[in-house]
Amino acid sequence: MRRTAKEIQMLFHAIVFYCFSALLIVASIGVIVSRNPVHAAMFLVLAFFQSAALWILAEAEFLGIVLVLVYVGAVMVLFLFVVMMLDINVEVVRKGLTRYAPMGIAVSLLMAIEMVQLIWWRSETGNAPMLFQPYPEGYSNTKSLGSVLYTEHVYAFEIAAVILLLAIVAAITLTMRKRPGLKVQNIAEQVAVRSEDRLRIVKMKSEKKL
Amino acid sequence: MIGLQHYLTISAMLFVLSIAGIVINRRNLIFMLMCIELMLLAVNFNFIAFSRYLGDDTGQVFVFFILTVAAAEAAIGLAILVVLFRNRRSINVQELNTLKG
Amino acid sequence: MQAYYLTIVLAPLAAAIITGLFGKWIGRAGAHWLTNLAVGLSCVLSIAVFKHLFFDGGTAENINIYTWAVTDGLRMEVGFLVDRLTALMMVVVTFVSLMVHIYTIGYMHDDSGYQRFFSYISLFTFSMLMLVMANNFLQLFFGWEAVGLVSYLLIGFWFKRESAIFANLKAFLVNRVGDFGFILGIAGIVMISGSLDYATVFASAESIAAQNIEVIPGSPWNAMTVICILLFIGAMGKSAQAPLHVWLPDSMEGPTPISALIHAATMVTAGIFMVARMSPLFEFSTTALAVVIVIGAITAFFMGLIGIVQNDIKRIIAYSTLSQLGYMTVALGASAYSAAMFHLMTHAFFKALLFLAAGSVIIALHHEQDIRKMGGLRKYMPITYWTALVGSLALIGFPGSSGFFSKDLLIEAIRESHWHSEPWVYWIAYPSVLLGVFVTALYTFRLFFLVFHGEERMDAETRSHLHESPWVVTVPLILLAIPSAVIGWFTVNDVLFDNYFGDSIVVRSSHDVLAYMGESFHGSLALVSHSVQTPVFWLTAAGAFTAWFLYLKRPDIPAAIKDKFSGLYTLLDRKYFMDDLYIKGFAAGGRAVGSFLWQKGDQLLIDGMLVNGTANTIGRLAGIMRQLQTGYIYTYAFTMIVGLTMLLSWLIWFR
Repeated sequence: MRRTAKEIQMLFHAIVFYCFSALLIVASIGVIVSRNPVHAAMFLVLAFFQSAALWILAEAEFLGIVLVLVYVGAVMVLFLFVVMMLDINVEVVRKGLTRYAPMGIAVSLLMAIEMVQLIWWRSETGNAPMLFQPYPEGYSNTKSLGSVLYTEHVYAFEIAAVILLLAIVAAITLTMRKRPGLKVQNIAEQVAVRSEDRLRIVKMKSEKKL
Repeated sequence: MIGLQHYLTISAMLFVLSIAGIVINRRNLIFMLMCIELMLLAVNFNFIAFSRYLGDDTGQVFVFFILTVAAAEAAIGLAILVVLFRNRRSINVQELNTLKG
Repeated sequence: MQAYYLTIVLAPLAAAIITGLFGKWIGRAGAHWLTNLAVGLSCVLSIAVFKHLFFDGGTAENINIYTWAVTDGLRMEVGFLVDRLTALMMVVVTFVSLMVHIYTIGYMHDDSGYQRFFSYISLFTFSMLMLVMANNFLQLFFGWEAVGLVSYLLIGFWFKRESAIFANLKAFLVNRVGDFGFILGIAGIVMISGSLDYATVFASAESIAAQNIEVIPGSPWNAMTVICILLFIGAMGKSAQAPLHVWLPDSMEGPTPISALIHAATMVTAGIFMVARMSPLFEFSTTALAVVIVIGAITAFFMGLIGIVQNDIKRIIAYSTLSQLGYMTVALGASAYSAAMFHLMTHAFFKALLFLAAGSVIIALHHEQDIRKMGGLRKYMPITYWTALVGSLALIGFPGSSGFFSKDLLIEAIRESHWHSEPWVYWIAYPSVLLGVFVTALYTFRLFFLVFHGEERMDAETRSHLHESPWVVTVPLILLAIPSAVIGWFTVNDVLFDNYFGDSIVVRSSHDVLAYMGESFHGSLALVSHSVQTPVFWLTAAGAFTAWFLYLKRPDIPAAIKDKFSGLYTLLDRKYFMDDLYIKGFAAGGRAVGSFLWQKGDQLLIDGMLVNGTANTIGRLAGIMRQLQTGYIYTYAFTMIVGLTMLLSWLIWFR
């Protein structure tokens, strides 16, 4: 049976999708079952990479790149940084599941079944996939996003910037502390010092030569 | 043929896994934060899938903002975690059951 | 005239308020001067209004003073309808009230509640005037309830006495039964005619009579009959007609001036006045008139019988009042409204006189009320004796006295009423009132002889202090004795036969017995001279003679009769067991139902199961729910997720 080039392209597309999806699910399972927080973070990085790939596969290239840059590059590094900084005793943390675990898994399974049922058995087109709309020739995802982001959603964009600033300020204020006994410079005091404060000229008699 | 339903299914599975992660996690706040990141990822999947299906870029703008807020949330959440650890020498969820500091 | 009316009504109110609220500052003398002057002013102005209407040929006035509220087309107003009927009542009320005010100065001289008492009786005068001068049903009801309230306050005036508290509660509750009917009657009027105003309602009487009401679904009753009977139930309560009479004898627990003013002369006649005022309505319902006449006849005869066996001086007069009110009611039922009003007027004078005379005796004997411990007071208290004699003669209807004219003609009217009453109604009413005459004479002179004649049965200590009462007591007695003796002579022709009431009383021509009697009326003198030919006179004489024979000539006979007919005696002494029926039957039954509802309904069901039950259930549930409140983040997260799942399940599978 011969296939048209289009069909082959579709088939390849599907194979790539299923591969990335499988890896994504595996990575997610890894996040929730791995014993060591560092491993979990690494699995999460993997999951983010797979997600980015899937997004790019769906022709949402800008967000895919942003996910890699922001999440993998910044957020996950922060996670790893904190995990290492806190020096958690892995053995203590590792002990057993919560007593809600069986029920939690049951509820999760129920939810999964429901959602899958909702997605597949209740869709408008029946079992046939509801295809994405093809982009026109010469379409630039980044350009098109930018054109709405800086016009229609410019206020939300500004607010997002403020939120980020807030996060910076909040994180710093939360974690900053004064340590007693730490030697620090007070530059203002150093600059403002005058010679009289430091140097005292004492008049005294010259001593006799022995 | 890969369509909307496939992406939604992936999203649903991510979501359910992250819920399971929160419920069964081994009493470590960091796992919880990671699961929340995963959950937000699942939400973003939905946004992107629908944005593509409907041909409306606003959904992707939304994802952009979610990423922003999620980054801020991660930063503040981790900061709180650090403070907590500094005060209690532990981030064991089971010990965090008093509302008063 | 409007200023007159307002002054008449408001002067006693102002006096009552000042005396009641600032009694301490104005002192005892201030209290009695203020109230006496206020009521005196009312009395003088009332007489002026009466003169204006009666002698100067003034016309009746119907004025609205103030609109209190208008709701859905129903106007609630304060207004005065002053016609000859009202004017007569105003004069009677204010005059008797004034006499009682003066008398009270002497009677209550040593009482610590002096100012309070004056405040109450002035307030009563105000209320009664509001009642009689009303031009609408709402104001009538206001006055009706206000006099009931003051009556309650005054019966329980000596509120430290157990029996007084019982009596005032009883009066209040029994009156509630009557008022229940009364307000339902008013509601019926408003429902059908859509107005509270007398004039409007009376104008639409014919259309009301043409309608039917289904009180019990499926059986239409004539609207007018229902309304009139309900209104009459109110009158039964206020005017103490059987079977709602039980409160009046007990109300003698109040101070004697009050018994005279409220429970003999004025308030109890409110029911009579009301029915007379509503004559345009009652005339349209033969059934209601039959009810009125039967109730009245029963009261007139049977209450008189009880009076024979009582020993408390005030209670005897109280039962006499019941009996006389029964006479008035019978006259109302026979459509002889004028005769009822005439008897009301004369009765007010001579009954107030008798009560005040009894009060005078009671003061002299240091609050002894048992007639078995009196006797021979004639020589100690001449003024009281002679005035009481006048009152007694008027009460039994001695020819020439005021009671003679009113009662004789009233009975005559009932005798003539056979041509419009049902035969059975007639044969209940006429023999009852006729025999009632004998009974009246018997108990009146039994009282009179036992108190003023015969041997002196009081103890020596009391006897040594016996003397005539002070002038504040005797002056009202004399002032009341004069009209008691003579007023009938001068007014009988005008009130009964000369169309005195004009338009205020409406009688259908087929019912108009008085007009028929008027054709054969030839003046007071002729009436007196012909009285010896009537059975009434001979029955009266027989009653008086029997009293003389039994209680002065052969005092041993009554005791023998009492032993012989002990069953009958007990029946009368226990007042036909009506009190027992009410107290052990209705009151105890009501309390049993109440206590059942309290214990089972309230404590068990509402408190136990609903109120506390809810709280307990919530507490128990909360005890379970509390387990979820662990303080662990994952519990809350899990709860949230379970909720989310449930919502999702509902949306997917059950929508």
